[in-house]
Amino acid sequence: MSTTKRLNLYSKFERFNHWVQAGLIITLILTGFEMHGTWSLFGFEKSFTIHNWCAWAWLTLFIFDAFYLMVTGEWRQFQPTFRKLRDVIRYYLVGIFRGEPHPVPKSERAKHNPLQRLAYLSIVMILVPFQMITGFLYYYYNDWAAIGLGGVELSTMALLHTIGAFGILAFIIVHVYMTTTGHTIFSHLGAMITGYEEVEDHGQETKEQAPSS
Amino acid sequence: MSPGHRRFFALALIMALTAAAFLLIDAASFADSVEPADEGDFGAAEARKASRMPEQWITADHSQHQILAEGNFTSGPEVTAACLTCHNQAALQIHETIHWTWLCPADPERELGKAGLTLNNFCISVPSNEPRCTSCHVGYGWSDDGFDFDDPTRVDCLVCHAQTNEETGPYLKFPAGSGNPVAEEKVFPGNGRTYFPPNWNAVAMSVGRPTRRNCGQCHFNGGGGNGVKHGDLDQSLLTPSRDLDVHMDAEGPDFDCVRCHTTESHRIAGRCYKQPAATDRRSLIDSDLITRITCESCHTDAPHEPGHKANDHTDIVACQSCHIPTFARVMPTKMFWDWSSAGRMRDGAPYKVMGDLDRPTYDTKKGDFIWEMDVVPEYFWFDGTLEYTLLTDEIDPSDVVRLNVPVGERGDPDSRIYPFKVHLGVTPYDAGNNRMAVPHLFGKDENAYWKSFDWAKAIQAGTDYIRNSYPEVMEFSGEVGFVETEYHFQITHMVAPKENSLECAACHSDESRLSELTGFYMPGRDANSLLDTIGWIAVFGSLVGVGGHGLLRMFSSKNNEEASS
Repeated sequence: MSTTKRLNLYSKFERFNHWVQAGLIITLILTGFEMHGTWSLFGFEKSFTIHNWCAWAWLTLFIFDAFYLMVTGEWRQFQPTFRKLRDVIRYYLVGIFRGEPHPVPKSERAKHNPLQRLAYLSIVMILVPFQMITGFLYYYYNDWAAIGLGGVELSTMALLHTIGAFGILAFIIVHVYMTTTGHTIFSHLGAMITGYEEVEDHGQETKEQAPSS
Repeated sequence: MSPGHRRFFALALIMALTAAAFLLIDAASFADSVEPADEGDFGAAEARKASRMPEQWITADHSQHQILAEGNFTSGPEVTAACLTCHNQAALQIHETIHWTWLCPADPERELGKAGLTLNNFCISVPSNEPRCTSCHVGYGWSDDGFDFDDPTRVDCLVCHAQTNEETGPYLKFPAGSGNPVAEEKVFPGNGRTYFPPNWNAVAMSVGRPTRRNCGQCHFNGGGGNGVKHGDLDQSLLTPSRDLDVHMDAEGPDFDCVRCHTTESHRIAGRCYKQPAATDRRSLIDSDLITRITCESCHTDAPHEPGHKANDHTDIVACQSCHIPTFARVMPTKMFWDWSSAGRMRDGAPYKVMGDLDRPTYDTKKGDFIWEMDVVPEYFWFDGTLEYTLLTDEIDPSDVVRLNVPVGERGDPDSRIYPFKVHLGVTPYDAGNNRMAVPHLFGKDENAYWKSFDWAKAIQAGTDYIRNSYPEVMEFSGEVGFVETEYHFQITHMVAPKENSLECAACHSDESRLSELTGFYMPGRDANSLLDTIGWIAVFGSLVGVGGHGLLRMFSSKNNEEASS
């Protein structure tokens, strides 16, 4: 029978940043797909206005976040590692169904497992900048000639921006589901709200389980 | 955190805040730093500054000119002769304009124009029908092709300049009087109205700058009646409400036509045939000597609040496209005219049928009509010029004949998307030669269609007549046919208040008003269906994947519990 311990995982700013970004991204998806013609919620014009304000707000928050990670050193939480990556993947594909413990338990020093590190890093370094760049270029369509993009068709930028949107939407679905894989269904979610998470304390057990490969 | 770290963190935060503030300010006022005088009223406020006018322009009171008071005039040319004693260049200036020649001044071939080889699908063509048509000529006595276009006294100053009122009595040209008012009391059978000789002296003394009533006498009644032709010009513009036209609003700015159709030596700014209304897009802010004919003349090409996305549209979308949501908003306009059904008799006599909109839907003399109100325009790329099918051009009668068509295309810097009224017709043509035809409609002679209702005779007479001036027109083959035709009118008047302008979704949706304009990507209207399919498969695939994973977890955790117990 395992015991639990309480970890202090997420600072006030991290939680604020997470939920504001979540709200902005969901709003961007709702209004973006409305302008795309997928559904009707606010009307094109309102969606357009909301989308643009959210875009600026997201960029601003993103800049804050980057500063925060830099000055606090928390960027190290996203440093990619391949050590135990295969174990983690195997855990989510097989071990989780057998009731095995997680191969890389959370700690205050390492909040993210190798799979999370890779996923979050590529989201933050690739998908989000891609979406922001294509989005702002899309908006400033009339100035393309001035920055040497005169030959590009609007449809190309629209296509890229929509690809990004689908990518983010798919990420959110998996991300939200993964929050249910903690000690209890809501323990990961709770951590992002309160900052604290109860995790299983396997003590010695964890260390004995050496990677199988 | 050590104190050193804390200081560094505070410094970084301040820097980030400053950067963010700059970004937000930049977003709010991207294009310009000009503060609107009244928030939400940016373009209008700028335009008012640019177009403010003095209250009084004219330094003469014509009612005090002796020559006008004591002239004892009995005809138009006598009045004109008096005007010319002071305004000695005026008639010569008029002689150069399209108002006089009815030919496009930009066409050296002298083919484009009512008096040339162009046609419409209303009453089709002027030649051989002059006495009726030239009631809207700025001259006296153009009754046939023998009219002396060089006679200065033939110019009608009064039709544009008389400011008649109850005291002076009206100044009206007789509808079938070749541009002349009647010399003695006379009834016009077409409308049953009695016309009286003008009180020449009083009318002459009333002259001033043209008002909407002067221009509207002809331009609101184009096609022979109120609102027939244009769709954006009819008698509702005599005293328009703000809803009908923000600029001409009789209770508001009360613009006259010449406020925008500015004039130099009687050359009135405006589009005609080959000649765009303006060839550069400068505003009064750039140059105070330009005409005020375009919206941009006063409003500039960035008329909305700085940073507003609509400013990014003005390079390809004309102001009119959004700001004139529909035309003929107060009075109906004719949308369809089928000449092929003309000539039917009831009890052996011509007749009319009145429709719902208080306009005739059938007239023996003219055929079937469809009238409409509050009409949604059609949209075309337009560079300000129209291309015309001439009488001499071969037509394909199996297809719709475009008697005129807007010129322009996407990618051309002079072309933008403009609204148009498209008037459809079924129009007589020379089926033996595959040419459009000039029917002789009006007249008391046996050849006139409105006398004998015989198309062959009418077209024979019309063709013979126009061949006097244009021998290149083919002789009539004798074979009459009817062909479907289209005629395009640029919609540019009846500018609605901004709160009534089109919403984005009028174009940015799958029910786009611009669905006919293809070859470019428009957000909300267009999408890449392959990407959408792949994208939604990915999204639903993720849902199914995590759903399946979750179900497996539920079952396996039960099994694990059972196994461990």
